[in-house]
Amino acid sequence: MAPRALAATLDTLPPPVLPLVEADAAGPAQLRDLYRMLSNVRQLDAAAVAWQRQGLIPGYAPMLGQEAAQVGAGAAVDTTRDFVFPTYREMGVAYTVGVNMVDYMSTHKAIWHGGLYDAVATHFAPFQAVVGGSVLHAVGWAHGQTLNAASAAETALGVGLAFLGDGASSQGDVHEAMNFAAILRAPVVFFVQNNGWAISVPTEQQVAGGSVAARAAGYGIPAVRVDGNDVLAVLSATQRAVAHARAGLGPVVVEAMTYRRGPHSTSDDPGRYRTLDDEKIDGGEDPLSRFRSMLLAGNVADAASFAEVDAQAQQQADEIRDGVVALSSRPGSEMFDFVFQESTPTLGAQARQWREESEHV
Amino acid sequence: MSNALQNDTLESDRELASTPLVQLSMQQAINRALGEILEADDRALIFGEDVGLLGGVFRVTDGLQQRFGANRVFDTPLAESGILGTAIGLAMAGFHPIPEIQFDGFAYPAVNQIITQLARMNYRSRGTLPMPVTLRVPSFGGIRAPEHHGESLESLFAHVPGLKVVSPSNPQQAYHLLKHAASMPDPVIFMEPKARYWNKADVNLTDNRTGGAVDSASVEGSVIARPGKHATLIAWGAMVSRCLQVAELAAEDGIELEVLDLRWLKPIDEAGLAASVSRTRRAIVVHEGPHTAGLGAEVAALVSQSCFDSLRAPVERVTGFDVPYPSGDLEDEYIPNIDRILFGVQRVLEYRRG
Repeated sequence: MAPRALAATLDTLPPPVLPLVEADAAGPAQLRDLYRMLSNVRQLDAAAVAWQRQGLIPGYAPMLGQEAAQVGAGAAVDTTRDFVFPTYREMGVAYTVGVNMVDYMSTHKAIWHGGLYDAVATHFAPFQAVVGGSVLHAVGWAHGQTLNAASAAETALGVGLAFLGDGASSQGDVHEAMNFAAILRAPVVFFVQNNGWAISVPTEQQVAGGSVAARAAGYGIPAVRVDGNDVLAVLSATQRAVAHARAGLGPVVVEAMTYRRGPHSTSDDPGRYRTLDDEKIDGGEDPLSRFRSMLLAGNVADAASFAEVDAQAQQQADEIRDGVVALSSRPGSEMFDFVFQESTPTLGAQARQWREESEHV
Repeated sequence: MSNALQNDTLESDRELASTPLVQLSMQQAINRALGEILEADDRALIFGEDVGLLGGVFRVTDGLQQRFGANRVFDTPLAESGILGTAIGLAMAGFHPIPEIQFDGFAYPAVNQIITQLARMNYRSRGTLPMPVTLRVPSFGGIRAPEHHGESLESLFAHVPGLKVVSPSNPQQAYHLLKHAASMPDPVIFMEPKARYWNKADVNLTDNRTGGAVDSASVEGSVIARPGKHATLIAWGAMVSRCLQVAELAAEDGIELEVLDLRWLKPIDEAGLAASVSRTRRAIVVHEGPHTAGLGAEVAALVSQSCFDSLRAPVERVTGFDVPYPSGDLEDEYIPNIDRILFGVQRVLEYRRG
């Protein structure tokens, strides 16, 4: 079998109205920056798994193998006007768009479900545990940008980026979201990471027809199916998709074919449903080593510079670890504080009782 | 929160000689409130199934799209989860969505978005992404409709942290409570008793504002729909008018029943309940929803807790049964009728300790 990422491509996205800055034409500095982000994400992901084993955090959903898909997609986001709607395995996107990673990791330390980062300031919605739960939110938010533009005569729309996986594509909400987005002509990019597995169930048993991107045609939405382990291919496809949506031409589906090289979560045991040989064949070449080879061949970087970047990434992961260690529990009163904007007498009474009975001990 | 004499009766309204009184059905009163909300708040949006050109299957949004345009009032595809999920995203973008679910039973496909997202986004985001969403749901039975076109979802929604739930009983309540709900920064489930849509009554259109501040007694907590001294009938939605009929009949026998219109089903006006029942010393809670774990159980628990020493009888519950809302032909057997409520009153009045 061939690696999954090399599955047949599909591209129905029309040429851009305005010429794009092509990722292929990215200069050496941008290419090195992409590698820096890939390396940082790789190190931080490995570190988080280690933290779980060390007992620092109770659980984590590794993204090993999906670095190119996430960094490539994240690098196409304009955080001054776009908004990212993540699921629970978007650490690489969060890093790439500049979310504070200690605050991000707080959700994995079980400090606060949505994470402690400022979703509004970072344009990165709260950590989402419901599979497919935030896809419709991206549509609503994006439609809001259309409505804003209608009253302010803007032409360049903010774009909502909905992140989902092959498993989420089975959810009815994802169908509803794509249909709504197409009907409303909402500036949304549905970024699908098809990583081959929804916990233990392979894509073949999950996605009828084999491709989420292929479904886009039924909604009249253009789609791009891209090698999700090629960071430049992902960046280029996402930039094209974002430009299409930004121009008011409606939603786009991008399906990045990648591979979840690790377990679903730190509680998962992939040995029960796939072999190490399966992982080697289906996973294909590691996205980081692929990009390294490309940079070496293009004389953009050398082994010493990679070693330097990797060492810096390790140092950064260590610093983030220090921050995660230092994260303290939120006061119990916050259980009550954020239920409503305007609390209720009933909730106030419960909060008072909690305080009295917890302070009594 | 405190209860106040509601001013929907002609007598009390006439005391306010200078206030504009108009006779409206509840459907017209809600329509009027929606128009005023859209007028006053340019971030307010109305959307749902058939709410645009058609004006909604109950005509509650009649004329609003023509008046405010298809950006402010728009039809969505026929998918309730999509309606709610879109509303959440619009709220994240700074809008004030007022979506409509066409019939109560059609809220079920949206329950995931309502419970896991709408009710929690403010909490999840630590207050940075408020959800000022007013979800209008034509509710309860009484119109001989097909299956799932008559359901009582109040105990389901009241159980969900992060939601507020309100149900008006008449046009006056509907007009003011909807305007109030739409001004709130939290998600409110607005349960419209569809059986009462076409009943007309006088509506006092003054906005109950004094010096710019909302007169909270007019829109918060419960109201006493009819004062009495022998027992309190506690109800909401369409059951309030039925309890008023019961009180009228009981008065012929010299029994003075107080009728408390609970209005807010979350938060429940505990002080208002306590004030009424500690005076009457007997309580009967009446609702259409099924008995077990119905909201009447919560009301009974609250009353028992706050009025234990003054209660002369256990709190009685006259409710729907633990069966699916039956077909229209059997609806009158299911929804508490005057006789069943009177039996409940009788049980409470005849109760003797020991």
